[in-house]
Amino acid sequence: MRRFIASGAIALSALAIGAVAIAAETEVHPPHKHWHFQGPFGTYDRAAAQRGFQVYKEVCSACHSLSLLAYRNLMDLGLSENAVKAIAADVQIPDLSDDGQPADRPGRPSDRFKKPFANELAAAAANGGKAPPDLSVIIKAREDGPNYVHALLTGYVPFDKLTPAQIKETGVTKDDNYNTFFPGHRIAMPPPLADDKVTYVDGTKATLDQEASDVVEFLAWASEPHLEDRNRTGVRVILFLLAMAGLMYAVKRQVWADKP
Amino acid sequence: MASSHGAPPVFNNRVIAWIDHRLPIFSYLEKEYHTFPTPRNFNYFWNFGAIATVMLVLMIATGIVLATNYTPHVTMAFDSVERIMRDVPQGWLMRYLHMTGASFFFIAVYIHIFRGLYYGSYKAPRELLWILGVIILLLMMATAFMGYVLPWGQMSFWGATVITSLFSAIPVVGDSITTWLWGGFAIDNPTLNRFYALHYLLPFVIVAVVALHVVALHVHGSNNPLGIDVKGPQDTVPFHPYYTMKDGFGVILFLIVYCCFVFFAPDYLGDAANYIPANPLVTPTHIVPEWYFLPFYAILRAIPDKLGGVLAMFGSIGVLFVLPWLDTSRVRSCSFRPIYKWFVGLLVIDLFVLGWCGANPPEGFFVPLSRVATIYYFFHFLVLLPVLGKIERPLPLPPSIADAVLKKKAG
Repeated sequence: MRRFIASGAIALSALAIGAVAIAAETEVHPPHKHWHFQGPFGTYDRAAAQRGFQVYKEVCSACHSLSLLAYRNLMDLGLSENAVKAIAADVQIPDLSDDGQPADRPGRPSDRFKKPFANELAAAAANGGKAPPDLSVIIKAREDGPNYVHALLTGYVPFDKLTPAQIKETGVTKDDNYNTFFPGHRIAMPPPLADDKVTYVDGTKATLDQEASDVVEFLAWASEPHLEDRNRTGVRVILFLLAMAGLMYAVKRQVWADKP
Repeated sequence: MASSHGAPPVFNNRVIAWIDHRLPIFSYLEKEYHTFPTPRNFNYFWNFGAIATVMLVLMIATGIVLATNYTPHVTMAFDSVERIMRDVPQGWLMRYLHMTGASFFFIAVYIHIFRGLYYGSYKAPRELLWILGVIILLLMMATAFMGYVLPWGQMSFWGATVITSLFSAIPVVGDSITTWLWGGFAIDNPTLNRFYALHYLLPFVIVAVVALHVVALHVHGSNNPLGIDVKGPQDTVPFHPYYTMKDGFGVILFLIVYCCFVFFAPDYLGDAANYIPANPLVTPTHIVPEWYFLPFYAILRAIPDKLGGVLAMFGSIGVLFVLPWLDTSRVRSCSFRPIYKWFVGLLVIDLFVLGWCGANPPEGFFVPLSRVATIYYFFHFLVLLPVLGKIERPLPLPPSIADAVLKKKAG
């Protein structure tokens, strides 16, 4: 009987090892970067997130909405109330006039970020048939989100740099965009970022990698604005529970002391 | 207030005495949660009943708070959950407690079930206690499934599509039943509305069945790691303070692990695709349920026939209902079953293998693996368990709990 069990266990583990080897197939994993907001003590790098907002505003927002955010949220990134008011006032928000007619008005901090297209159909029509995804929770909506989005933004390969094998495998043509990290590699979005695509107001050198990292920092904040509060609360809760556990253990031992 | 074994309690507080004379809730609490004689030899596996109860209360409390801010409409559900996360004060905390709480409720209950399996808690005279437990598990699964639909993300929608479509496998009336479940010809607003209503209702049904589970438990008292009956007062301790304090300690240890996930990795146990709003026109590449359904999902897909798969999946829970009669051994605890205890371990490994199959697309290597694991699952309950009880020779049982405890202390 023992031997039967042992051989069964060996067979199962052999199967398991074999499957791991199969599972580790050719999928391209994004390279791992360290992010300021990682770990139980993580916080957002305000300067990077503000630069990221500049990248979003000047580049991404031409096609991608950020519909779950309001302009007032930008104050959490360290922008002053007046700066936020000015950013909002720069935008014309479609609304109704007092007599019920459609009319645009300057934005207010309480307004949600204005969408680049009037509706989903218009967005699709202007972008080759498929609306660009909303970016409000994009970092949480992708596996390994921060690394994936960063790798995607920096992972374009120009057509003339592709190997014949890559062209054959994906069927990519001169008019397509090839991205190392996009599933299937053919991506509708043309390379959005490049060196010096923006001119940072704080003087940081705008390399492609810098822009991608900054916009990921901004989008990570947009996806999870309460992360810092969550981490802070978490550390306190865990410390409290550890103290409680010690206390309860002492009480439990005391109570059971008279039982041999 | 004073009391001793057997005698009804005397309450010194006149208000309590007045109430208790008319409605004996205090006598009941005294009898069932204070003096209640409980085997003195529990190990930490016996904490998980209390832990599961705490999780149930926590889920209901956070759930009611979330319900006050949630909008069950296909165009608003996703955004209303995000509004809870962003704009409702401490909304993110309530939502993460609830979302991660579902996983940890299942962890607690699965360990609780394992404890019952290993120590033979399902055997006479506790068969109905066990069956009520299986009913709780089924109710939990239904509740968790419908709760996962509410945020109306991609996995909500497509998970609901896969699971509700299972009913279409029923011959003749299957399609009509599916239409009736959906409230239309596709998953849409009526589906979301009824799932929301049921997701709010079922937890209270669970509370009611848990109450029956506790009533049944208190008839013959708890089983214990030795699996032998209590022979007298020397074998027991009063429930309070001995086990209230031990359970309290265990609950806090469990909460520490739970809170690590809530605060530092709230999305770790979920699927990223559920942060994409539901889109009936785009099917995700891999539709996977939450981790606690993966073994059953693997059994469903292991059978190459739709109806067969559905029957096997429901059968994998159904077999638990007759477990007390499939086990032919006269010994409860695996501590005295030298062969069967290894097979319980193998069953746990089998469930992990099934879970792993369920998490991966049903291709290549995972197809035969999930079939072997499925066959083994049923082989365990339908063949091994009845046969082993007849041929296995159990180790000698100790004469009493007290005897075993004192011998162990003496070394």
